[in-house]
Amino acid sequence: MNLFYDTLFNGLAIGSVLVLAALGLAVVFGLMGVINMAHGELMMLGAYTTFVVQNVFKAVLPESVFPIYILVAIPFAFLVSGLAGLLLEKTVVRRLYGRPLETLLATWGVSLILQQFVRSVSSAFAIGLLLAVAIGLFLPRLLVRVQLAPRWAGLKGTISWISAGLVGIGVASLLGEERSLDQPWFSARNLDVTAPSWLRGSIELGGVTMPTARLFIIALTILALWGVTWFLQKSVWGIRIRAVTQNRSMSDCLGIPTETVDALTFLIGSGLAGVAGVAVTLLGSVGPNLGGNYIVDCFMVVVLGGVGKLLGTVLAALGIGVISYVVGSGSLLLIWPAMPAGLNELITFFATTSMAKVLVFALIVLFLQVRPAGLFPPKGRMVEA
Amino acid sequence: MNSFPWLKAWRRWLPWLVLVVAALVLPIVLPPFRLNLLGRFLSLGIVALGIDLIWGYTGLLSLGQGIFFALGGYALGMHLQLGSLAPGQLPEFFGLYGVKSLPGFWQPFTSPLFTFFAIWIVPALVAGLLGYLVFRNRIKGVYFSILTQAALLVFFNFFNGQQKLINGTNGLKTDTAKVFGDLVGSDLVQKELFWLTVVLVVAAWWLCRWLTKGRFGDVLVAIRDDEPRLRFTGYNTTSYKTLVFAVAGALAGISGALYTVQSGIVSPQFMAVPFSIEMVIWVAVGGRGTLIGAVLGAVLINFAKSLVSEQLPETWLFIQGGLFLLVVTALPDGLLGWWWRREVKP
Amino acid sequence: MLSAPLQKTSFRLLSGATALAASLSLVACGGEKKSEGGAFDGEVKVGILHSRSGTMAISENTVAEAELMAIDEINKAGGVLVDGKHLKIVPVEEDGASDWPTFAEKSKKLIDQDKVAVVFGGWTSASRKAMLPVYEAKDHFLYYPIQYEGQECSKNIFYSGATPNQQAEPAVQWLLKNKGKDFFLVGSDYVYPRTANTIMKEQLKAEGGKVVGEDYLPLGNTEVAPIIAKIKQALPKGGVIVNTLNGDSNVAFFKQMKAAGITPANGYSIMSFSIAEEEIAAIGPEYLEGTYAAWNFFQSLDTPASKKFTADFKAKYGEKRVTSDPAEAAYAMVYLWAKGAEKANSVDDNKVRDALVGVSFDAPEGKVTVEPNHHISKLVLIGEVQKDGMFKILENKGIVKPIAWNQFVPETKGYSCDWTQKRPDAGKFKM
Repeated sequence: MNLFYDTLFNGLAIGSVLVLAALGLAVVFGLMGVINMAHGELMMLGAYTTFVVQNVFKAVLPESVFPIYILVAIPFAFLVSGLAGLLLEKTVVRRLYGRPLETLLATWGVSLILQQFVRSVSSAFAIGLLLAVAIGLFLPRLLVRVQLAPRWAGLKGTISWISAGLVGIGVASLLGEERSLDQPWFSARNLDVTAPSWLRGSIELGGVTMPTARLFIIALTILALWGVTWFLQKSVWGIRIRAVTQNRSMSDCLGIPTETVDALTFLIGSGLAGVAGVAVTLLGSVGPNLGGNYIVDCFMVVVLGGVGKLLGTVLAALGIGVISYVVGSGSLLLIWPAMPAGLNELITFFATTSMAKVLVFALIVLFLQVRPAGLFPPKGRMVEA
Repeated sequence: MNSFPWLKAWRRWLPWLVLVVAALVLPIVLPPFRLNLLGRFLSLGIVALGIDLIWGYTGLLSLGQGIFFALGGYALGMHLQLGSLAPGQLPEFFGLYGVKSLPGFWQPFTSPLFTFFAIWIVPALVAGLLGYLVFRNRIKGVYFSILTQAALLVFFNFFNGQQKLINGTNGLKTDTAKVFGDLVGSDLVQKELFWLTVVLVVAAWWLCRWLTKGRFGDVLVAIRDDEPRLRFTGYNTTSYKTLVFAVAGALAGISGALYTVQSGIVSPQFMAVPFSIEMVIWVAVGGRGTLIGAVLGAVLINFAKSLVSEQLPETWLFIQGGLFLLVVTALPDGLLGWWWRREVKP
Repeated sequence: MLSAPLQKTSFRLLSGATALAASLSLVACGGEKKSEGGAFDGEVKVGILHSRSGTMAISENTVAEAELMAIDEINKAGGVLVDGKHLKIVPVEEDGASDWPTFAEKSKKLIDQDKVAVVFGGWTSASRKAMLPVYEAKDHFLYYPIQYEGQECSKNIFYSGATPNQQAEPAVQWLLKNKGKDFFLVGSDYVYPRTANTIMKEQLKAEGGKVVGEDYLPLGNTEVAPIIAKIKQALPKGGVIVNTLNGDSNVAFFKQMKAAGITPANGYSIMSFSIAEEEIAAIGPEYLEGTYAAWNFFQSLDTPASKKFTADFKAKYGEKRVTSDPAEAAYAMVYLWAKGAEKANSVDDNKVRDALVGVSFDAPEGKVTVEPNHHISKLVLIGEVQKDGMFKILENKGIVKPIAWNQFVPETKGYSCDWTQKRPDAGKFKM
């Protein structure tokens, strides 16, 4: 029985991380049909925010309040990632509306840029970047009157951004001569985010060891789920979001500002990624590659969960969590020690974390043969557009 | 109006000229190292052609072409591992993991004929199966993309984790194997491989052109533009999609095999998630729906990457990210689409 | 004749291109350091090939920095003296991008295109294995600075990191003597941990220990809960855990081990082979305090040479930086090559290779000597992580000679490697 609870708890723990990580992605996908490949990098921004908050607490505030830094980091991470997401929506995603595949590629490009950004950013770099952005925004106004051959006209924006970027690089490298400005803020290294001591221990309950960090994440997940559900069901904007999710053009006709709804949804989805970023600092490394470790798992959750229902996302994530744990830790062997040799070998073969992933994916593809649109397919009859 | 017919023709033919020069003149002037790079990048052009077929024409964005690319590479890699052994001997790495006898699925790769077919048929079969299971349920669009990516990760995990079967992360090396008595890594064999690549790129291009010019191509484009309507007119779109996905898989396999012998190693890194997305960007930069653009894109971007990483390695991700943004926002038809676009009078 | 608007466009394009070129050259010049003095009689190019991007950049940057520091120091002291000429060492840096095929590609480039005299590079065994055929095919020379799994002895590689008998084996002996007999082996899923664990299993069989479990995690994977569950099942009351995880997984591993109560305080002895000062700083000493590591150099090593090395490194790269075993091995490696070149009186790689055997250098860890099997004799230390992220040295086993072919593993038992012998199978022959 112990083993059963142990498995259940660990599976839930893994699953709840997946829920938290995939929640924002699912909300955005449900509304806009857009997969944000930079979602993992928005998580990374949340984790980096945690690092900054931790260091501010260490440096400025008395030691007695240090243990609560993680709680303070949550709203900050939500804000930082949310604003980054908003910026992404306003500058890139919006232009590509109705072209989901292109959005996929563009957000992948953004994710690459963000990864390298946290590696390279230094004071000199930041100044150069600000300058480049300023020029990039300003230059097209100067060039308004410039007539280009039509072939080039479409590229005017690009050309001005490229030249702005070059100026920025030039300035940054000149400033970089100054040693103090050249120090990277984070560098390519992993950052040391240390959980406060109350999140480093564990609680024994009925023979099951429950790490407090895991309990904290489960609680955070429940809270986030409750918050999102409340927002979507009860608040005015939430109802608007749901309306747009169900029928965009009709909502538009009825006077719902769909553009604002899109931006808001993207902000919330990205902010949730930031919160997930705070959570994963308790479990793993904080570095430029953080996003890549979670993103594909999040995709699996979204595919399995289907669009439009949060319950689908939750069940899919928990299911994947429990199955990966059961398979990966080989606990089936313990439950049934007298298993026939062939089966035994098969289970041992899959009893590593990497092989568990292989099996889980195979199961998902099999499941999609039965329920192609995920756990909770949208009701109604229509030809997919 | 058209006062510059020569200019128009020039626009039309310049990309071809570039490729012909690349294939005929560069082998004479380039040092062996750069020539080897060119050969490898040309072989990447074949996988790009496949992507152009499924994405540019059919509208299926696969982020998992690395699977088929690596399968082709592994098929040839395994053959070369076995080919240079005395009878009864095992490839060296098996000793590290205490494997005493050759795993069963290695056996057929001792035969060159089997390997020749395995290089493209195995990836085609895997692609066909995966495609069938997915297309059958009308999974498409973004769903299809992220499913292929998940499949890629799964194959990566499998190959990466199976040290005892396939040497895991280390991959298989080919430079020290022998073909017709010469080392694969030797300058002579590499040069021959370069020419083989050129021939195969042309053949692959011709195949894709043949597929896209006729009625088959029209069906593909129709699937891209309005699949439900096509289905209602009585076409079985699933089988068309499965078939074209399998063809792209076969092309990827051939490409992977050529790439493997020219870079000297096949490893699970070929199935890394970023690499497969990069493949898509070659096509996007070159020009979707222009077959020659896919090849050009593959060669140009990889040369750019190689040069940038020699000078300023840290900036490559910025440039690559910027390229992704650029092609989807400002250059949706890629370089060639832009180059060949009809000038409209302002 | 071009039409007027077109002309205007071309003009703009031209000026744009000029501006572009100007800013590019600005960037290029900005990045270059002015060369100092003209006291050299010539130059010798060396390749530096580490991952400056990707997952491994975290670790490999430090190694590349240590190599560049050694090159700077040698140049300041007058360069390499060959044939009466002072040659300045000019590093050509390439990025392996954490991608094994790229390592092979860049090696070819350094050898064929840049014609470097030698390449310093690599970190993971997978990258070395990918590069090896290139160096063997071109009969060139690679210097590899990281502790590794042994079972290899190439004529074309010089290994300045520890072999298993200079790190893993003494560590296991120490654990058996002081900590317990039940071992759980955890590693990343690639060649080094797999091979190192094979060796350890044989050693434990021979010396009376017991392996109660082993498990592997894909590189970069951070979901360690299943592994922790397996450890708890296998070692409910404490025992020895040998950790050969690499990279990001370590952070997840230690954070979650602590949370699950698998800590030194609860009777678990954890020995890591890939955790040096650098990694401790990134994981957080709170999580690692009380665990063990075996290395050939610790920053806390209390000798003048070690202190000077650390002080110089901090002066060059920043006060917050720490030195570690891989950095030290990389640093020593460059000096050994320079000494080898001076002894050979040539920078030709074949001549240096012959001259190198027997060359010694007073490295930060102590006096190291190149042995006939292209590995070097090294100091063996076992340390315990302290609160400040440094190691307390628990045992100093003195200088140990390297053994390339492992003597515990039945397949390689009795084999040896000696490149000073003129026999065709000098790389692996029966003793």
